[in-house]
Amino acid sequence: MKINKKTKSNLITYGIVIAFYIVVTAMQSAGMISRLMSGLLVPLCVYVILAISLNLTVGILGELSLGHAGFMCVGAFAGAIFSKCTMDTITFQGFRFFLALLVGAAFAGFFGFIIGIPVLRLKGDYLAIVTLAFGEIIKNLINVVYLGVDSTGVKFSMKDYMSMGMAPDGKVIINGAQGITGTPQDSTFGIGVILILVTLFVVLNLIQSRDGRAIMAIRDNRIAAESIGIDVSKYKLKAFAISAALAGVAGVLYAHNLATLTALPKNFGYNQSIMILVFVVLGGIGSIRGSMISAVVLTLLPELLRGLSEYRMLFYAIVLIVMMLLNWAPKAIEWRERLAASFRKKGREA
Amino acid sequence: MSKWKKVLSLAAAASMTMSVMAMNVSAADNFMIGGIGPLTGETAVYGIAVKNGAQIAIDEINEAGGVNGVQLEMNFQDDEGDAEKAVNAYNTLMDWGMQMLVGTVTSTPCVAVANESVKDNVFQLTPSGSAVECVANPNVFRVCFSDPNQGIASAQYIGEHKLATKVAVIYNSSDVYSSGIYQKFAEEAANQGLEIVSAEAFTADSNKDFSVQLQKAKDAEAELVFLPIYYTEASLILTQAASMEFAPMFFGCDGLDGILNVEQFDTSLAEDVMLLTPFAADAEDELTQNFVAAYDEAYGETPNQFAADAYDAVYAIKAAIEKSEVTPDMEASDICDAVSQAMTEITLDGVTGLGITWTADGEPSKAPKAVVIKDGAYAAME
Repeated sequence: MKINKKTKSNLITYGIVIAFYIVVTAMQSAGMISRLMSGLLVPLCVYVILAISLNLTVGILGELSLGHAGFMCVGAFAGAIFSKCTMDTITFQGFRFFLALLVGAAFAGFFGFIIGIPVLRLKGDYLAIVTLAFGEIIKNLINVVYLGVDSTGVKFSMKDYMSMGMAPDGKVIINGAQGITGTPQDSTFGIGVILILVTLFVVLNLIQSRDGRAIMAIRDNRIAAESIGIDVSKYKLKAFAISAALAGVAGVLYAHNLATLTALPKNFGYNQSIMILVFVVLGGIGSIRGSMISAVVLTLLPELLRGLSEYRMLFYAIVLIVMMLLNWAPKAIEWRERLAASFRKKGREA
Repeated sequence: MSKWKKVLSLAAAASMTMSVMAMNVSAADNFMIGGIGPLTGETAVYGIAVKNGAQIAIDEINEAGGVNGVQLEMNFQDDEGDAEKAVNAYNTLMDWGMQMLVGTVTSTPCVAVANESVKDNVFQLTPSGSAVECVANPNVFRVCFSDPNQGIASAQYIGEHKLATKVAVIYNSSDVYSSGIYQKFAEEAANQGLEIVSAEAFTADSNKDFSVQLQKAKDAEAELVFLPIYYTEASLILTQAASMEFAPMFFGCDGLDGILNVEQFDTSLAEDVMLLTPFAADAEDELTQNFVAAYDEAYGETPNQFAADAYDAVYAIKAAIEKSEVTPDMEASDICDAVSQAMTEITLDGVTGLGITWTADGEPSKAPKAVVIKDGAYAAME
């Protein structure tokens, strides 16, 4: 059987994820992994999914999105609210989490769709502006929402806790700025890896489908794409909504990893969006595998450098600059190619 | 050159592998105390204060011969004020061999870490995590007042002393501390016969201009403005209130402690501001004065209540260790059971209150002190 080059490359990508999972679980069962590392496994999955999904917008669709953390936020809160409400009714943990993932993805995808309808019809960098605003608005909006359930039904307020008028037996779900506490901690590394594989499957198949080729045609030359009858807005919207939905999945995974969920500038602000963009840019725009690897490296790095205490921020910044130069500077690319060639030569001689 | 590169990359690789690989923690001769708080980021000022305050207490204890002859060793990890990073910091400390935790400083990370520490059954004492959920688990205690506590205490104080009947509130709706206090204040205010004539919120993104909130309070003819917020915003509110000739009474909680040290703030504006705070840096008692002097000598500034809470936290741990007679060669989980039990039996005379005791649900019991600012200094109120 002949496997074409693209399929082979995809299989390698899946293979990397599966191999990583096997190695880590083996090391874990042998007790060779530190607490820090095992605690980082789920966040790693979250950031990998985010990087892959943003790469769909930035690399494949060719639009700049600065609000990916906003979609993550929508997914996280939608999923967490769902889990918190159904904690007593659906006792089978895996099934409840699966539903929560679907809810999170649906909400984030829906918001992506709504935003995409007007904005993706425009040319230029408008998507970047609108998504940036969206991320900030969502964060602030969630901070003023009070939501609770009591025997008389669902209570909602955007003013304060008191105006919700909850009966004493009520259960608070979102308590304004204090967010959601007591989300069931359903996220595991295994589920994270499965979700990465699903994300990869969705994105890689989309890229190689007819739709994917249409999307890339729009990216490369919009006028040419239009002239051959491609419905530009439709395909753009499709790619963007999928990207947002996948970010929602990452958000659900994030929300169920910690016992508390608040919409702070730190976790859902534009800094987070830029961080995800950095994963994509440093890993190589359009390269799914590259963005996976850079998400892992850049998430691990600040934790592994804890020994340097405050200097780790400085070190981290330097690493970012060095990575950027190595990846994108023409001289560095030339040097890399020379190096690779000499390795190949050595390999042949040996 | 290339040799250096090799050495450097080898060293970097080695240090990273070290942190990835599990390390066998050797049975230590010292008590391993972990600390978690924001040392970088927006809330770094609180984390650094806690770190410094705890360090002073640890140095004092070690100099005086340790606890039952055993030295304390502290490792303080940065969480950037973020729940996810706080859990990473917690895991780092567990790898280090932590036996007891002083942390975390801010509420949201505290809830996340408390949920991890209960799984390992590690004793946790938060100096300043004031949200209710922080101490929900049996292994977690706190030094500061809880948010509801402060809200209720403030409303009762205002009601019982008949300071005012028409009260306006300006609070930070994006802050857990501030909205938590406001929530309970509003509930208790009704019982105390106080009328909340305006309750205006601001967020972390809009904390520079308060003229709208102040105007509403002024129009509603508020006699007292309750400020359950931190001192940076409060200093702006006082300045802007003065410029619009609005002069009600101002009443705040422990977050206002530090207002007299705000740079470029005219402290005469803070005259007659009342606040409930467990700690006043210029208190006359020997304990506070020693602590303030030691802090000033080590770090060149006056300690705030976060530093004081951390200082008391370490001394509470010392007292609990002495009471329960645990030894450093015990498992963290056994230490936790013994120390948690002992926490409910000790009485601590600390800088944030005399005769502090703890209940099994983790709450401290100490009297809030009301102070009023007179001539640029705190004066006790009746």
